[in-house]
Amino acid sequence: MTAYTLPNETGHFGQFGGMFVPETLIKAITELAAAYEVAKQDPEFNLEMERLLKEYVGRETPLYFAENLTKYAGGANIYLKREDLNHTGAHKINNAIGQALLAVRMGKRKIVAETGAGQHGVATATVCALLNLECIIFMGEEDIKRQALNVFRMELLGAKVVGVTSGSATLKDAVNEALRYWVANVDDTHYLLGSVMGPHPFPLIVRDFQSVIGKETKQQFLARKDCLPDAVVACIGGGSNAMGMFHPFIEEEEVELYGVEAAGQGIDTAFHAASLTKGKPGVLHGACMYVLQDKDGQIQEAHSVSAGLDYPGVGPEHSHLKEIGRANYHSITDQEALDAFQLLSKLEGIIPALESSHAVAFAIKLAAELGPSKNIVVCLSGRGDKDVDAVRARLKGGNK
Amino acid sequence: MNRIEQTFQLLKKNQAKAFVPYIMAGDGGLDCLVERLKLLEAYGAAAIEVGVPFSDPVADGPTIQQAGIRALNNGTTLKGIVVELAKAREVVKIPIIIMTYLNPIYAYGITSFIHDIQKAGVDGCIIPDLPIEEEEMIAPELTAAGIELIRLVTLTTPLERIKQIAARGSGFLYTVTVKGITGTRNEFAGDLNAYLQAVKEVSPIPVLAGFGISNHEQMVTISKYCDGVVVGSKIVDLFAKNSLAEMKKLMSVFKQKTNIV
Repeated sequence: MTAYTLPNETGHFGQFGGMFVPETLIKAITELAAAYEVAKQDPEFNLEMERLLKEYVGRETPLYFAENLTKYAGGANIYLKREDLNHTGAHKINNAIGQALLAVRMGKRKIVAETGAGQHGVATATVCALLNLECIIFMGEEDIKRQALNVFRMELLGAKVVGVTSGSATLKDAVNEALRYWVANVDDTHYLLGSVMGPHPFPLIVRDFQSVIGKETKQQFLARKDCLPDAVVACIGGGSNAMGMFHPFIEEEEVELYGVEAAGQGIDTAFHAASLTKGKPGVLHGACMYVLQDKDGQIQEAHSVSAGLDYPGVGPEHSHLKEIGRANYHSITDQEALDAFQLLSKLEGIIPALESSHAVAFAIKLAAELGPSKNIVVCLSGRGDKDVDAVRARLKGGNK
Repeated sequence: MNRIEQTFQLLKKNQAKAFVPYIMAGDGGLDCLVERLKLLEAYGAAAIEVGVPFSDPVADGPTIQQAGIRALNNGTTLKGIVVELAKAREVVKIPIIIMTYLNPIYAYGITSFIHDIQKAGVDGCIIPDLPIEEEEMIAPELTAAGIELIRLVTLTTPLERIKQIAARGSGFLYTVTVKGITGTRNEFAGDLNAYLQAVKEVSPIPVLAGFGISNHEQMVTISKYCDGVVVGSKIVDLFAKNSLAEMKKLMSVFKQKTNIV
C-alpha cells in the first residue's frame, strides 16, 4: 500500500469527511486546525501530553494474552489491549487530555462536550477539573436515565450536565445541542468532541490523540512476538477507539482490521446501530459519512444495549476504509454482547464495557475462523463497572 | 434576469426594503403550503424562504425545531414540498427560495433535486450547513440551472472572508445577526450596526439580515444598514397560533415607511 496520508488539506477522506457546518463555526474550526498543526510540532506540547498520559492516565496500558478466552474460542491467540485500565476507565481520556491542552493553548477556558454512555463526559469533566476549565456536558435524557451514576460522577468532578429532551434524547441529540451551544458561545468555548466524527479537523485530531492505542500495541506485540498481529478488532460507535487502534496499522497490509458495530436486536430489525452495514453516505454533524437514514434523508434513531454505540453515523475515515476495502466491518447483537460481557468476566476476571463486549464477541468468532497460530488483538476500550446495573436488570428480566 | 434580481432592482428603484418571511413547509399540513405562500405574498413579502424539515437542525432554535418535528410527523418530504412549490409557482409571483440542510438534498440526489426545483420554478436555495469550502458539490449545477445559491455570513466571519463570500454571491447575501441559532431575541450585540455596514460596503449584491428578528423596532433599526430582513421563528410561531392579523401587521412595517411594493 502506498503511504496513507489522509485526510487531505480540506479534511476529506475520499468522498467522506469535510466541514459541513454553519458559517458561524468556520472561524473556530479553522483556528482549531491551525492551532493543532502548530501544537503537534511543538516539543513542549508533546512532552506535556506524554507526561499526563504516563503520570495521570497510567499509560502505557498492558497488552494482555487472554489464555483462558483463547482456549475457550479454540483458535487464534487472543490478546487484549487494556484501555479499560486507563484513568476514568476507558480510552476516551486519551483524546480529552489532548484537546483540553489544545484549548488552553488557544486561550479557551470553557469546554462543551456531548456524551452518550457518559464515558466521554466523565473523561472531559476529569480533564477540566485537572486543568481548571469550566465544563458543560450535554447528555440525552434517555442516557441520563440509563447512566445515572456517570451523571453524578461528572457533577462530582465539577461539570454542569444539561439534559437534552429533543429528538430521541440520546447521543445524536446531545451532539446537536452541543453544536448549538458552541455556535452561540464560540468566542471563549472549545467543543471537545469525543469521537472521530464531526467537521474537519475533529476526525483528524481525535484519531491522532487515540493513535497511542495502536502505536503501543504495535510496539508491545513486536517486542513480544517479533511480528505483527494477524488481525486487530475494535468496537465502533462513532469509531474513536477503533480508529486509534487501526491507524498505525493501515499501511501494514498483512494486518486485517475489523470494526464491530452494534447490531442491537438484529440488523434486519429497525433496532440497531450498524451505520456501515445498513446506512448510506450522508451528511450529519458536520461530515459526510455513513448514516442511518430513511429514503428522504431524515436521520434515523440508533438502538443498542450499549449507550456508547448508540449513534446513527460512523466517522468519515471508517466510511472511507470501508469504501476502499482496507477495513472489514461486522456487527454483533445485544445478546451476543451480553454473553461476551459475562464470558470475559468469568473466564478472565475482567468485566468489559458493553461497548467493548461487542469486540470481544466478534473476536471469539474470528479466532475460531482463523485457527491456531494466528494472533488477534482486541481493543478492550473500557471497563464494565458502569454497565453492571443495566446488565443485572436485563438478566433478571429473563433476557438470558 | 432571475426573479430574485428583478425583485431587488424594483425595491431599489422604489427605495424600499425587503421583508422576507420564512415558513416551515408541512407545518399545519403540506396541503396548506400554497395558500400560505399566497397569503404571505398578499401581506407584502418580497420573497419567501420555504424551510424543509430535517431531523437534526443544528442551526435552529426551539421554534423552528418544533415546527420541523410537526412537519415530519405530518409525513412531509422534500419531494412532496417540490410538488407543492410547482403548484405555488402558478399563483405566486414573488421569488421562492428553498432553505434546507444538505442531507435531504443528498438523499434526493443533487442532480435530480436541481432538475426538479428548476422545473418547479424555484428561484434560490439556502443550505445552512454548506460553507463555501464544500459548495463545489452543488454550486456549479445550481448556477447552470439558473438557481441562486444564497450564501451566509455571520458575526464571526472575518472581513476578508466576507469579501470572498460576497464576491461569489448570487441572489443576496444572508447576514446572520446573532452569534447563535434561530429564534426570537430581545437584544442584539452592540456592534451589530457597524457589522452590517461593513458587510453592506463590501457586498456587490443586496444584503439581508436574519436570525433573531421579530419586531418592528428591530426591523426598522436593522434595515437602515441593509436591504431588508428575513423573519423566521416569529412567522412560524404566528402561523402555528393562526394569528394572521398580527402577521399582517408585522409584515406591514416597510410598506408604512415607504408606501411601496
